[in-house]
Amino acid sequence: MIFNISLYLSLIIFSLGLIFKISTWFRYNFELTTQPFTARERFFAAMGGIVATLFSGKVLILLKSLLLDVFCQRRIMRESRLRWVMHMCMFWGFSLLLLMHALEGMLTSNLFRDYAATLNPFLFLRNFFALLVFVGVGIAFYRRFVQKAPRFSTNVMDRYALILLAVIMISGLFLEAAKIVSFERYSRMVTDYADFDEEQDLKALEALWVKDFGVVSPNLTPPFDKELLTRGHELHEMNCAACHSRPQWAFISYGAATILRPAALPLDRSGLVTLLWTIHFLTCFVGLAYLPFSRLFHILATPLNLLINSVMEKGKSHPANIITLQMMALDACTHCGSCTSRCSLAVVFEEIPNPNILPSEKITSLKALASGKPLNEHQITVIQEGLYLCTNCYRCTTVCPAGINLQELWFDVREAVLKRGYPELLVLTPFSMYRGLLSPTVAKADYHQAQKQPMVGIEAVCSALSDPDDPINPAQMDRDFKKQMLSSAKGSTFSYCFTCITCTSACPVVRNYENPREALGMTPHQIIRTIALGVPDLAFRSRMLWYCLGCYQCQDACPQGVLVTDVLTELKNLAVARIKSQNRRTGERS
Amino acid sequence: MKLALQRCCTTPIFLKQYETSTDAILERLGVQLTDKALNCCGYPLKNYNYKAHVIASARNLSIAEERKVNIMTFCNCCYGTLKEVNQRLRADRTLSAEINGKLEKEALKYEGGVEIRHIMEVFYDDLGPERIRENIVKKFRGLKVAVHYGCHILRPRDLVQFKGPGTAAVFDDLVAMTGADLVPWHLQSECCGSAMWGIDDDLSAELTRKKIENARASGADYLCLACSYCHVQFDRVQKRLLDEGRITEPMPTILFTQLLGLSMGIDPNILGIWKNQIDISPILDCID
Repeated sequence: MIFNISLYLSLIIFSLGLIFKISTWFRYNFELTTQPFTARERFFAAMGGIVATLFSGKVLILLKSLLLDVFCQRRIMRESRLRWVMHMCMFWGFSLLLLMHALEGMLTSNLFRDYAATLNPFLFLRNFFALLVFVGVGIAFYRRFVQKAPRFSTNVMDRYALILLAVIMISGLFLEAAKIVSFERYSRMVTDYADFDEEQDLKALEALWVKDFGVVSPNLTPPFDKELLTRGHELHEMNCAACHSRPQWAFISYGAATILRPAALPLDRSGLVTLLWTIHFLTCFVGLAYLPFSRLFHILATPLNLLINSVMEKGKSHPANIITLQMMALDACTHCGSCTSRCSLAVVFEEIPNPNILPSEKITSLKALASGKPLNEHQITVIQEGLYLCTNCYRCTTVCPAGINLQELWFDVREAVLKRGYPELLVLTPFSMYRGLLSPTVAKADYHQAQKQPMVGIEAVCSALSDPDDPINPAQMDRDFKKQMLSSAKGSTFSYCFTCITCTSACPVVRNYENPREALGMTPHQIIRTIALGVPDLAFRSRMLWYCLGCYQCQDACPQGVLVTDVLTELKNLAVARIKSQNRRTGERS
Repeated sequence: MKLALQRCCTTPIFLKQYETSTDAILERLGVQLTDKALNCCGYPLKNYNYKAHVIASARNLSIAEERKVNIMTFCNCCYGTLKEVNQRLRADRTLSAEINGKLEKEALKYEGGVEIRHIMEVFYDDLGPERIRENIVKKFRGLKVAVHYGCHILRPRDLVQFKGPGTAAVFDDLVAMTGADLVPWHLQSECCGSAMWGIDDDLSAELTRKKIENARASGADYLCLACSYCHVQFDRVQKRLLDEGRITEPMPTILFTQLLGLSMGIDPNILGIWKNQIDISPILDCID
């Protein structure tokens, strides 16, 4: 009764959850303001794509990908042998347990006419598959909680998934063990299946089962005499052998049964078998109902993503399908951490503790963005910073075992987030080179808007003095700023400057403009002067500071040993720190 | 000889030919390269968060230290960055202690025992001109090449101490060994413009255009360079400028590793001759 109710309940939740999750693949989008396609259009584009693929030569590519990527998991193999062993064990162990054991009524008993769960090879295989899962889960625990690589994070979802798996497996293992030693189970089988009822015969069979099958009996204890056992064996062959192999074949459960043996009788009387059975099926059903909402959803989404990726390509496939695939990819991420372990910038997290730098953690934020969760200005700019802090080295994409095109995902989401109009100072760094190379794929207005925003943001914060021609009021001079620069080894060299303008004459950026003052705000030697005067805002606001190429011509030319380029670098760092902290304060309020 | 190669982050997508040509030449010259564990040198972070740029380089330096190898770079920006951080950490005990505190999580430690070698220095100083000359089997004839140094291989002078044009020019000597004729041009040590690409594309394009025109006016057929950022600028960005009509005639750009590879008789396919955006295959006709 409870079994059926909970089974159907979990199936209903699972199905609804599945429908909900799959619908998000078509509904969700990173660009909340301008949706290029409706969910309906995306759904039909996907269906069209699937039909077109299935009736084309691409089926062969799909089959190849199914074999190599899904069944053999070659992408994990390339990344690490230990993880491949771990995942193959879990994947195959769990899948085979599901097919052979959980679906025995539907599959196994129909395929094999004389199937019985307690008969070999099924008895042995169940334990063998369980062993695979235990090895896999064991390695997973070791990796997450013992080995703990730096910046490798384990979130709540990872824990739930591992705990759920562990409870299902351990309850199943002890359930089988409790059944082996159970006298109550033994008696019920005798009542149901024995075709004899003489007391001596009953005793003979019981003796055999106590001796060879591990039953703990309240009536009999070994040793037994040979004749009794011989008779017991005859009866066993006639009545039981068709359904029962020796329990030693269930090598894990039999071991667990040995542990239970001393307390077997009281445990059996108190209904341990029923209790464990209830725990086992309830956790299975909880797992089933929770699956669409948990990390375990990757069991469905990842193989699908691998297969679809093998036949799709940006530029060739329908653009609606690219968006749909990216939404699906968010569910295909297993949070395994491969991307973060190989990320070219992961170590920077130690200095800029923004988890969005780490690819595996970016995905979490991307999920929030895609679902349209309301985020304040500060939260969005933090995600934006994480998205921009990427060297586009492509390593995450190369190693992702789920085959997600992370590189493309980062670029598309970065552009979508930039459209919201919050200034991103990182646009003023060489991280922008990649964006510049890909600019033909971005709408022109959006591309230039994001380039202009940072200067607007800087001008908004650094507004103490805005015009170099205005007279400076002594009250506006920031003496602490000057002191701060003097305390730095390289920064302090500004004080050697006697304004000879050699730096400005050497600068290729200055030389590029007919009217440098107008184009750049200030020139290098003037920027150096702002430090001595204690008016950093003038320097921070000037385009010259941010358009400095870092080519060191000025520094090598300076007759006074002012480390001009290094001073400019320090100024930029100070400006970034100040603007970031100011924006944080206003952003959190919004 | 064994070296840790600092692969530049721009190469996997845009410049695979720089990786394959470098690997092929160094294999021929008996240099073993390791690279898997290294990360970004930190160059793009320098203006945004100086310490973040330091820890990025420091991690690479400490990994090389652990493996007892020097680091080789084939990008001027990686070269300048690693060198600067190395110098800074050697001098600044407080900073190096702070950085080491963070590297400790990965059981790494920066101790300052590693040197940074530009690929040109590996060729000229570590392997030696004789070794290179021995391996050259074909020579270019009538090929006019403008050698492009760029910035961080030369400046800041006190830091890099690279033998640049005007003194014993390493790059010039190496190009001359392949039989190519050197073309003197006065913008050879200026910035390629890459630093501004994506920030202010007009400024960047203008810097690039001036250099290309100066090289052409000086009679060059090809630019030769040894920096990934410069090459992306002179190849990909130049291609864009040509498509947009901002430059009228292409100035093909060859990586030094491609040039040397050809004269060492390495298969042009391995050198990725056809992977450049602006066609450089006519250069094959200039070789003996």
